Amino acid sequence: MKINDVILRTVTKAVVFIILTLGVYLFFAGHHAPGGGFIGGLVLASGIVLLYLAYDIETVHKGMPFDFKKVAALGVLLATGTAVGSLFFDAPFLTQVSNYVEVPIFGKMGFSTVTIFEAGVALTVVGVVVTIILSISEDE
Amino acid sequence: MVTVLIAIILPFVCAALIPLLYRRLRRIAHLGWFVLSVPIILFLLLARHIPQIAAGKTFVHTYEWIPSFYINFTTYLDGLSMIFGLLITGVGSLVILYSIFYLSTKESLHHFYCYLLLFMGAMLGVVFSDNLMVLYMFWELTSVSSFLLIAFWHHRKASRAGARKAMTITVFGGLSMLAGFLMLYVASGTFSIREIIANVATISEHTLFVPALLLVLLGAFTKSAQFPFHIWLPDAMEAPTPVSAYLHSATMVKAGIYIVARFSPVFGGELLWFWLVSGTGLVTLFWGSFNAVRQTDLKALLAYSTVSQLGLIMSLFGLGSVGHYFGYADSSIIYTQASFVALFHLINHSTFKGALFMMVGIVDHEVGTRDIRRLGGLMALMPVTFTIAVIGGLSMAGLPPFNGFLSKEMFFTAVLAIRDVEAFSISDVGVLFPIIAWVASIFTFVYSMILIGKTFFGKLQPDKMDKKPHEAPIGMLISPLVLCTLVVGIFFFPNVLGHYILQPAMASIYPTFPSASELTPHIYAWHGINTELLMTFGVVIVGAILFKTLKSWKPLYRIFPQKYSFNAYYNSMITFGENSSEKFTNRYMTGNLTHYFVYIYAFFVALIAGFFIWSEAYAFNFAKDSAVESYELILIFVMMFAAVFMLFAKGRITAVLLNGVLGYSIAFFFVIFRAPDLALTQLVVESITTALFLLCFKYLPDLMPENSRKRVIWSNAIISIFVGATVTLIGLAVVHYDKFKPISLYFNDAYELAGGSNIVNTILGDFRALDTMLEVVVLLIAGLGVYTLTKLKPRKEEAEHENK
Repeated sequence: MKINDVILRTVTKAVVFIILTLGVYLFFAGHHAPGGGFIGGLVLASGIVLLYLAYDIETVHKGMPFDFKKVAALGVLLATGTAVGSLFFDAPFLTQVSNYVEVPIFGKMGFSTVTIFEAGVALTVVGVVVTIILSISEDE
Repeated sequence: MVTVLIAIILPFVCAALIPLLYRRLRRIAHLGWFVLSVPIILFLLLARHIPQIAAGKTFVHTYEWIPSFYINFTTYLDGLSMIFGLLITGVGSLVILYSIFYLSTKESLHHFYCYLLLFMGAMLGVVFSDNLMVLYMFWELTSVSSFLLIAFWHHRKASRAGARKAMTITVFGGLSMLAGFLMLYVASGTFSIREIIANVATISEHTLFVPALLLVLLGAFTKSAQFPFHIWLPDAMEAPTPVSAYLHSATMVKAGIYIVARFSPVFGGELLWFWLVSGTGLVTLFWGSFNAVRQTDLKALLAYSTVSQLGLIMSLFGLGSVGHYFGYADSSIIYTQASFVALFHLINHSTFKGALFMMVGIVDHEVGTRDIRRLGGLMALMPVTFTIAVIGGLSMAGLPPFNGFLSKEMFFTAVLAIRDVEAFSISDVGVLFPIIAWVASIFTFVYSMILIGKTFFGKLQPDKMDKKPHEAPIGMLISPLVLCTLVVGIFFFPNVLGHYILQPAMASIYPTFPSASELTPHIYAWHGINTELLMTFGVVIVGAILFKTLKSWKPLYRIFPQKYSFNAYYNSMITFGENSSEKFTNRYMTGNLTHYFVYIYAFFVALIAGFFIWSEAYAFNFAKDSAVESYELILIFVMMFAAVFMLFAKGRITAVLLNGVLGYSIAFFFVIFRAPDLALTQLVVESITTALFLLCFKYLPDLMPENSRKRVIWSNAIISIFVGATVTLIGLAVVHYDKFKPISLYFNDAYELAGGSNIVNTILGDFRALDTMLEVVVLLIAGLGVYTLTKLKPRKEEAEHENK
């Protein structure tokens, strides 16, 4: 049975970019406004899942040739890595640092090691959600 | 003291490097050549310090590890640890050299050498650690690496069974030893062995002193295969022969002896210690030698012989503890000699037994069998191997001109001396000591003769051999020949060893004695015709007669029924344990999801509601709560409708959609109560889970009407109601809960403390970042779990392979 999914595909093409942008925005907004690594990661993951629903696995894989298990593993490495990293600066486990730096064009910007930690969280969420959904849907 | 630190760390570092190097090196050369450098370097590094150690110096260095729990990485190099360090690295070098020719490159060498280096590091850790907890960690690591090495050929069932047996017994002993160490900590307030030894006087008054003694001994006895825990050692012979030569004769099984030697200044003055150590040692000595005679497998014969020799060394340390009892005096020096002989024989045993194991490995490798019923007449075909067997075997039997003769003579001296001790009520049974020792020596002589005679003399039976026998390649012969040179060399120059190696170790065992040189007897090969020499003559004569008449008295062994053996007891214990735990587990692990939910929820209600009732914290009042708005009521009714209706849903889609209604309504609540983070999360999670549910539908059967009995339905309903009530109660009560200080004040300063003004995120990323980090790890594990469960099902042929 061939399902007519023209509408879904057309909508997806436009919506996925909005969702992914929202995900990235949420990720960076997290420090002072609602958002953060976990939500950002979830939104990104839902965008990718939408792509998988609208198109088949091969097509999506061509566009995003990642092994999502590795994405998840990379995320965990980042999160635990920043945690351990503070030990090398003689600070307690999981110490985070933040500072404001003057950047050309953008002006004064806040930088924080929490961002790396949150990036780890986000990558893990994306990786795990997509891995679970893919492995269940691919199972024969 | 960097040397000792390097000695412990280097094997671990190299073990970690092996998987990386393996791919590159395998084409160039055998991996063993790379590994061989590790023990050689360490041996030379340690040997450099022999003069200083011999001069009475000791080296201590502390690296702080977990100072808040008094666990420090303290390395301690003294005479006793020097002996073991040299044995581990020296025999290690020879064994690795031997293994290069024994194991072909087709085997998974990277595993083998990785485990072997792990073991080497762990074993060096055991002997160089001063902190009991660190020592224990390395101790268990030796058990683990031994397990991995015994099961190296893990496709064989016997290998796996042997590995499990060794693991079960030694780890059981290790755990009791841990309990003993903790008791010692309670009694002394320190984990440092040196400090414990320094405070013996106060510790021995403590009530936990005797239990600690028993538990530490249990650990030592299981590791050193003492009666009745010896049964794991013969089964461990399933390991490749280099492993048997290294772990199961020269080093790991001597860890228990190390513990006994190390702790004899602590427990040595105790009556119980003397009787347990010397008694168990003697029984093991006899039982091992007695059983070695009946073996038909050469390796099993050597295994029982190792058990017996370990018993000999153990009993000597027991006899030596009399010296601690009497303290320092001219008359007590003679009893300390037992400990000296123990150390002496420790080294001798490693030399001749290592050579013999390698010899058996050569026979196995070149002939294809180790069964003495199929061997014979190899003398002409394998002359060098035969020489090794003769030197090793005669040394084991205690004949000159080999080192075994010296230590056996001195062993006789020690057991003869013990008759005169006026303490521990020894005088009543003291005469038993030399008798058991003598009888055991006869059996030792007999099995040494069997080892040499049945393998190399007699008639060649080529039809029973798998390969055409020939001499081994030179590489395999180097290591046993080096050991044989030592066997002979030590006989001619025993006092060099005694002065440089054994004397400082005596100082470690008897720290309260003023001078170690007094404790070091001069070793003579010829000391006139005395009782000891006559005993040796007796051993040779009776042993020779018994060997000649072996056929006529061997049936005696059949008198002991198999079903009363210790192995049978062990097996029935394991079977009983497995069966009863399987029965118990099957009773509640039914595979029924509803049952599991019942356990979880019943536990939840009992614990949480129970605590709230017990602490009388369930009080709540609505007075302070703000008014309920009408749109909130509407939302509540929607949720109630969805929740109740879900129970009666006929199809899965309906149920999932109703569940979605619940989830989205909660998200609405979060919006109403101004929690945008939660609302966002809830919405996205809800969307993704719905998608996931829809995916899974393909694999799920249609919903069936449940045919459960009324009673089950009602009990489930009651549990559900209780869970709901508990959650509601918590929600209401928690507002007024005052048992803990609220932490919300803390978050007011989130910007100063964590540099972020979104407190939800500062909690996730900073205040409770440890939780987040571990949750991320859990998430990954869960994801990998789903992946492996759905993707990596074992194929049929693999499942069968596993149970072969």
